[in-house]
Amino acid sequence: MASAFEYAPAPESRSVVDIAPSYGLFIDGEFTDAADGKVFKTVSPSTEEVLSEVAQAGEADVDRAVRAARKAFEKWSALPGSERAKYLFRIARIIQERSRELAVLETLDNGKPIKETRDADLPLVAAHFFYYAGWADKLDHAGFGRRTTNGPSGANPAPLGVAGQIIPWNFPLLMLAWKIAPALATGNTVVLKPAETTPLSALFFADICRQAGLPRGVVNILPGYGDAGAALVAHPDVNKVAFTGSTAVGKEIARTVAGTNKKLTLELGGKGANIVFDDAPIDQAVEGIVTGIFFNQGQVCCAGSRLLVQESIHDELLDSLKRRLSTLRLGDPLDKNTDIGAINSAEQLARITALTEQGEAEGAERWSPACELPGSGYWFAPTLFTNVTQAHTIARDEIFGPVLSVLTFRTPDEAVAKANNTQYGLSAGIWTEKGSRILAVAGKLRAGVIWSNTFNKFDPTSPFGGYKESGFGREGGRHGLEAYLDV
Amino acid sequence: MPTTAPTAQALVDVTASDSTLRRFLHGLPGVDAVGLEARAAALGTRSIKTTAKAYAIDLAISMVDLTTLEGADTPGKVRALGAKAVHPDPTDRTAPTTAAVCVYPDMVAVAKEAVAGSGVKVASVATAFPAGRAALDVKLADVREAVAAGADEIDMVIDRGAFLAGGYLKVYDEITAVKEACGTSARLKVIFETGELSTYDNIRRASWLGMLAGADFIKTSTGKVAVNATPANTLLMLEAVRDFRAQTGVQVGVKPAGGIRTTKDAVKFLVLVNETAGADWLDNHWFRFGASSLLNDLLMQRQKLATGRYSGPDYVTVD
Amino acid sequence: MSDRLSVFKTYKLYVGGKFPRSESGRVYEVTDSKGNWLANAPRSSRKDARDAVVAARKAFGGWSGATAYNRGQVLYRVAEMLEGRREQFTREVAEAEGLSKSKAAAVVDATVDRWVWYAGWTDKIAQVTGGANPVAGPFFNLSSPEPTGVVAVLAPRESSFLGLVSVLAPVIATGNTAVVVASERAPLPALSLGEVLATSDVPGGVVNVLSGGTAELAAPLAAHQDVNAIDLAGADEALAKELEISAADNLKRVLRPGPVDWAATPGTERLTAFLETKTVWHPTGSLGASGSSY
Repeated sequence: MASAFEYAPAPESRSVVDIAPSYGLFIDGEFTDAADGKVFKTVSPSTEEVLSEVAQAGEADVDRAVRAARKAFEKWSALPGSERAKYLFRIARIIQERSRELAVLETLDNGKPIKETRDADLPLVAAHFFYYAGWADKLDHAGFGRRTTNGPSGANPAPLGVAGQIIPWNFPLLMLAWKIAPALATGNTVVLKPAETTPLSALFFADICRQAGLPRGVVNILPGYGDAGAALVAHPDVNKVAFTGSTAVGKEIARTVAGTNKKLTLELGGKGANIVFDDAPIDQAVEGIVTGIFFNQGQVCCAGSRLLVQESIHDELLDSLKRRLSTLRLGDPLDKNTDIGAINSAEQLARITALTEQGEAEGAERWSPACELPGSGYWFAPTLFTNVTQAHTIARDEIFGPVLSVLTFRTPDEAVAKANNTQYGLSAGIWTEKGSRILAVAGKLRAGVIWSNTFNKFDPTSPFGGYKESGFGREGGRHGLEAYLDV
Repeated sequence: MPTTAPTAQALVDVTASDSTLRRFLHGLPGVDAVGLEARAAALGTRSIKTTAKAYAIDLAISMVDLTTLEGADTPGKVRALGAKAVHPDPTDRTAPTTAAVCVYPDMVAVAKEAVAGSGVKVASVATAFPAGRAALDVKLADVREAVAAGADEIDMVIDRGAFLAGGYLKVYDEITAVKEACGTSARLKVIFETGELSTYDNIRRASWLGMLAGADFIKTSTGKVAVNATPANTLLMLEAVRDFRAQTGVQVGVKPAGGIRTTKDAVKFLVLVNETAGADWLDNHWFRFGASSLLNDLLMQRQKLATGRYSGPDYVTVD
Repeated sequence: MSDRLSVFKTYKLYVGGKFPRSESGRVYEVTDSKGNWLANAPRSSRKDARDAVVAARKAFGGWSGATAYNRGQVLYRVAEMLEGRREQFTREVAEAEGLSKSKAAAVVDATVDRWVWYAGWTDKIAQVTGGANPVAGPFFNLSSPEPTGVVAVLAPRESSFLGLVSVLAPVIATGNTAVVVASERAPLPALSLGEVLATSDVPGGVVNVLSGGTAELAAPLAAHQDVNAIDLAGADEALAKELEISAADNLKRVLRPGPVDWAATPGTERLTAFLETKTVWHPTGSLGASGSSY
C-alpha cells in the first residue's frame, strides 16, 4: 500500500474568464485606441502564449486622460462622502462577485499560482475597497486635524485633485486597489498605468467601474511602458504621484517632481531580513521563511529574502527548511495544487539568473530541491544560498525572485546590526517565543513593517510602506488616507 | 522485542527523574497556534481529484479503526461491526478491509471471532477508558484482560490529571507499565485526549512523552469530549513522529480519532500525512482513523467514482 | 385594484434568530397616526425580556469575536437587504409616523444609508479610539476598544425606523449584542426589521426585538444583572432617571436620552458609549548588555 500519494492534475477552469483579442485604453469612461495607434502584446508567462493585444498609451493619451480626470474631479470631489462611499462599496461587491474570474485572469497574465490569486490577492482587493469605502464619509474622524491655511475647496480635509498612479506587475490588481481605493474615497480622480506585462486585470477593473456606474473620468486606465509613466509623472496637471516599483525609477520620479507642488508617495524595493532566534517556534518559522521568500515566486518587495538565523540552530533549521522545500510543487499556475508558479517575464528571469550566478561566483553555496521545470514559459526553481555574508551581492541587491540568502548571527545585537545594514527598509521578520525580545528587536529595526512569528501578512487596515530607500508614505489603514489629502 | 520501551539511547537520560523529564519536555520548541492552524488550513486546500482521490479513498478505508464504544454494545452489535470491517461494501468485494475494529475489552473475544482469518485487527480500549481515572493495577488488569482475549492492539488513555498537574514521570511510568502488559503481541496506542490537554505546547510534550515511553501509536482523542481530532493537532503530532524518528530512528504511528466523518475530511488528513511525515506513514501500519460514520461516506464516494452517480445512504450498510 | 382580499401579517417578536409570539400570549392594538387600526403587536412580558437577554448573551462570544471586517460585511448586507424592501418600509413608516409617502421614502433611504455608515465604522473605530501610548519606560503600551457586552436599547418613541436603526446599528457595529425595545406606539417597522436581519447574515441573538410597554420591559432590563449597558433613547425624563438608578446596581453603562436630529450624520458617540478600553503593557527589554546604535 505504501506507494506514493501522487496528486492528479486539478486545473482551475480557464473558461470562467473571457479575454478579448484586443483592448483599448480606458479614458473618460470609454475604451479607446492610442492616439498613435500603438499596441503591444501581453503573454502568459507560464506558456508564452499571447493572451491579448493592448493599446499602448503615449504622451498624448496621458494628456487626454489627465484632462478627463481633471474634468471629473469637480463633481466627484463635491459629492457627499456617503455617495462616494456607496460607489466604492459597489466596486467591492462586484469584485467579490467576479473574484473567481479575476483570479484566473490574474494567474494567466502574471504567472502566479491560482491558489494565491484565489486565496490572497482577490480577497485582499475586495477588502481594500470595502475598507476605504467606509472612510469616504468619515474623513473628519481620521485625525488629521484642520489645516491652518485654507485648502483649495470647502471640504476639509480636502482632496488633492488628479492622482497619477503607476503600479508594478507582481500584484497587479492588488496594487491597483491600494492606489485607487484611497484616492477615490478621499475625492480624488485617477489616471493609473498598470505594468506592461500585466495590463489585463486593470482593464477588467475598468469594466467593473462601468458596472458600478462610476462617473466617467473618475478612473482612467492607461496600459503602457515606462515612457507613459514618465509622461504621467511629469504632467503639469497631476497633483499627486503614487508609484510602486523599483528604487531606481522611484528616485527618477522624485527628481521629476522636485520643485513642483505634487505630493509624492513611493513604495520601492526591499531586502527584508527574516530573523530566527534559537527559541523560535521552529515548525512555524520554517513555514514563515517559505512564505517570506517563495510567496509569489519571491517577486515581492517586502520578501524575507535574507534569512538571519542564530548560529546555534543553523544546521537544524536548514535541514528542516530543505525538507520543506522538497515538498513545494512547481508547475502550471492554474493547477490548484501548485505552490510555485512562473516568473513574470523573460527579463525578470534573466535578472534572477544573473544575480544567482553572481552569488555562486562570489562563493556562496547554492541549493535547490529536485525540481523539474516546464519546457516553455519562464521558470526558476526555489533556491537557497548558504555561507552568505553581508559582503555578497545576493545579500545586498534585491533579487525579486525565489532566492533566499542565509546568513547567521550570534546575538540579538548582531542580528539587528546585520538586518539594518542595507539601503532598504521595507520589512523584517522576528521569530522567537520571547515577547520582550520581539519588541526590543522590533524597536531597533529600521523597517516599515515588522512581522513577528508570521510573515507576509497584509490587511487593508494596516499601514504598509518603507524606511530609507524603500520609499516613503504609507498605503493602507488610516495612514493611507494622508497621501491623498491636503493635510 | 525488548520488554522496555524502544527509547533511543540518546534520550534515555531524560526520563531519569521528574525534573529531567520536565526540563526535556519544556525544552521542546514552542508551537505558535496561529501559524500551526494556518499551515493545517493551507494543506486543507489541496485539491485531490480522480486517480489521486480513488487512491486516497481506498487508503483511508484501509486505515479505519471501525469503532463502537457504547454502553449499549452487545455481541450482536460487535459481530455486525466485524462483518462490516471484513466486507465494508457487500456489493463490491474489491473494497479493502478496514485496519481494525475497536471495542471495549469485554467485547474483544466476540470481535476476534467476527474478523477471524480476515487480517482485520482487533483493537481494545483499556486503562479505564475514557476517563482513565482508576488505580494503576485496575488499569493493568483491564489491559491484561483485553490482551488475553486476543486483542492485537491496545488503545490506552493517559492520566490527563497527572499530566496537567505536572506529574510527567507518573504518566510516563504508567505508559511503560501498560506497554509491558501489552507484551510482545499487542501494539500500544496512547490516547492523549488533546481536547483536555488544551494547548498545542502540551500536545507536543505529550507526544514526546508517549513516544519516549514506548508508544507504537500516538492518538489524539477518545471521541468522548467536545474537541477531538483536528487537522491542527494531527499536524502537530505528525511533526512529532517525524522529528522523533529523525532523532532516534524509531518510527511511531499516528491516529486521529473522533470528528472525522467525511471523505473530504479524511483526504485532508492524508494530505497532512503525505506532506508532513511523508510517504513512509501512508500505510495502515503507521496511520489510522478512529471513526465509525466515516466508513460509509468513504464507501459512497467510492461508489460515486466507480459509477459516476452520487450514491445515497440506502446503498451502504448501517452497521 | 380588484377586490382581492389581502393577507394580513401577524407581527412577531425577534429573539435568538427566531420569531416567537410573546410568552404572555398577549397583544396590543397598533394604530396609525389617525387612530386607525393597523395590526396587533405582541405585548412582551418580563420573561420575554429575560429570554432575549439569554439569547443576546449567547450570541456575544461569536459576534464580538468575529473580525471587524466580517461585522462590516454583515451590516452592509443589512443595507442591501433593506434596499430591496424599501416599498414595504416606506408604507410602514408612513403609517406609523403619519408621513407622506415621499417623506417616508426619504426616511427609509436615510435608514439604509445609516447601515452603510456604520458598516464602515466596524474596522475603523479602533483606529480612531485606540492607539499606542508613549509611556515613560521600556514598555509597549497599547489601548484598544472592546465591546461592553449585552446592551439594552430603548428605541426612540417617535422616529420608529430611522431613530431605531440609529441607536441599534452603532451598538452591534462594535461587537455588542442588543435587546431592543421597539417604540411602544409604532413598533411595526422594528418588528419588520427583524425579518430583514434574519436574512442578512446577522447571527441569531445578536439583535433581539421586543414590542410592548416600554416602561414594563425597561424595568427588568435595567435591573438585569447580565445586561452590561442601556441606551435610554426612548425613555421620558422620569422613566430615564428611574432606570438609571436601577442600572447603577451593576454599574451598567448608561446613555441618557436627549434631543437628537436623527436625520443628521451621526458622530461617534453612540459607538463609543458601549466600548471598554483595554490597555496592554508588555516589557520591551533591551537587546543585550551592549545595546545598539540603531
